[in-house]
Amino acid sequence: MHAISVTGLRKSFGDHVVLDGLDLSVHSGTVFALLGANGAGKTTTVKILSTLLSADAGDARVAGHDLAREPDAVRAAIGVTGQFSAVDTLLTGEENLLLMADLNHLGRGARRARVAQLLDQFDLVDAAKKPAMSYSGGMRRRLDLAMTLVGSPRVIFLDEPTTGLDPRSRRTMWQIIRDLVAGGVTIFLTTQYLEEADELADRIAVLDGGKLVAEGTAAELKRRIPGGHVRLRFADQHGLDTAMSVLGQASRDNDALALRVPSDGSLRALKALIDQLDHRSIQVDELSVHTPDLDDVFLALTDQKVTR
Amino acid sequence: MTTISPPLRFHPLRDSATMLRRNLKRMLRYPSMTVMLVGMPVVFLLLFVYVLGGTLGAGLGGGRSAYANYVAPAIILMTVTAVVQGTAISVAMDMTEGVIARFRTMHIARVSVLTGHVVGSVIQALFSLTIVIGVALLVGFRPTAGVLAWLATAGFLVLVTFALVWLSVALGQVSKTVETASNLPMPLILLPFLGSGFVPTDSMPTALRWFAEYQPFTPIIETIRALLMSHPLGNHAWLALTWCAAITLTGYLWSKHLFNRESH
Repeated sequence: MHAISVTGLRKSFGDHVVLDGLDLSVHSGTVFALLGANGAGKTTTVKILSTLLSADAGDARVAGHDLAREPDAVRAAIGVTGQFSAVDTLLTGEENLLLMADLNHLGRGARRARVAQLLDQFDLVDAAKKPAMSYSGGMRRRLDLAMTLVGSPRVIFLDEPTTGLDPRSRRTMWQIIRDLVAGGVTIFLTTQYLEEADELADRIAVLDGGKLVAEGTAAELKRRIPGGHVRLRFADQHGLDTAMSVLGQASRDNDALALRVPSDGSLRALKALIDQLDHRSIQVDELSVHTPDLDDVFLALTDQKVTR
Repeated sequence: MTTISPPLRFHPLRDSATMLRRNLKRMLRYPSMTVMLVGMPVVFLLLFVYVLGGTLGAGLGGGRSAYANYVAPAIILMTVTAVVQGTAISVAMDMTEGVIARFRTMHIARVSVLTGHVVGSVIQALFSLTIVIGVALLVGFRPTAGVLAWLATAGFLVLVTFALVWLSVALGQVSKTVETASNLPMPLILLPFLGSGFVPTDSMPTALRWFAEYQPFTPIIETIRALLMSHPLGNHAWLALTWCAAITLTGYLWSKHLFNRESH
């Protein structure tokens, strides 16, 4: 079952084509990360899918409703936390949440309970009575997301939710997102941090030039590009020399007494490698497996355009 | 996937009440704005009564106290225009904040964002008017109106505020910056001067007099003056009400159009 499905989405601002036939689908209850450089069209995609902008062409369904024909039904099912915090800075954290509770038409008793629960969940109890203007970046972002959750949306759009946050606030935000998914909501996340997509997303899509240039799990994307290797470090020069003669196609680093052996990192390849070394009784101090990270993937995929 | 869901309901009154509470809270958190909005007409009142009032009053065939009675209705209208200038500023400030984008992605009655501002400003205007009229009474304004005429004045001022606030909500939205929003309603501040607000129009040069007699603020000021000083209303009242209806409709439609347009 798809929470979001998009086909042939196009959007231009004047002559500037931002989305050039975007296709994607997101399963219910999963995290989908849209990865792209600044200006790749991530925010435009979120704005279209959250009814803020209309597309020039293409079809999109969100939470089972057609975006163009039933925008209100879509709005009733989604929550959006944008790149720039959408809190009322003159109101306190608690008042912001109560405002959302009122706009979601929660009952008298329910609104207080929901707000108290969210303040607690997002660690904002101490700051509840202070104006949001006085909040730190991380607190504002937490309040922002808490406001999005008041109406218990089934699909949540998070547009660069951790941009500008310090590492600790970023980890807190990640944990919050994981808890949300555990609760069954669908999350559409945009980010320029590959680590973030790697940490959170079930599926990752790379947006470049208004189109998806790759889509899959983090592992699938990493497998698409070369660069995996095993690094062996030896106790002495003799070990290094012997291993080099046995393994052949390796590159050596004399200073570090290390070898870099191309490998896909699979168990079978590792076993074969270890067997070869064992057979000649070569002493290995340290073995580490390096798979290409998403940075490699991202650069490889988006560079194509430059070299093309 | 097709979801069978209950028909979506909108709650414009409830949402507007929520937005009104939000705007009133924002006014309380940012009191310097309200102080400025009340302060401006008070300063003008004192200037016109004490600095210019003696001479201008003599020109009217009275003195300072005669002029206080003449100028008070213009200052009362100026109180309203100051409040709506504040509305334009706070709408423009609001539009630059992310929270408005949030409202747009929510299933709420959209117009409530605007009606919250409008009703909030009408309440703010009533508050400002009470203070300004109070000061006017202290500096020598001596209206002859009875209870009914005062009630009629209050009702009329609410209509005038309502009309100008809707226009101002549009001006606030059309402004890209808060500075523009504070400048755009300037004509509203100046119009009472180019009408019968501070001196009778028949003392003006022909072209200006023609403009002064046909611009909307003159019948509005004359209606306030007639109600408070027990002058005959003539055709001022219906002219003023027609202007108010036209300004309300234009402001409302323009505001709604602006709020529903897409921004990127």
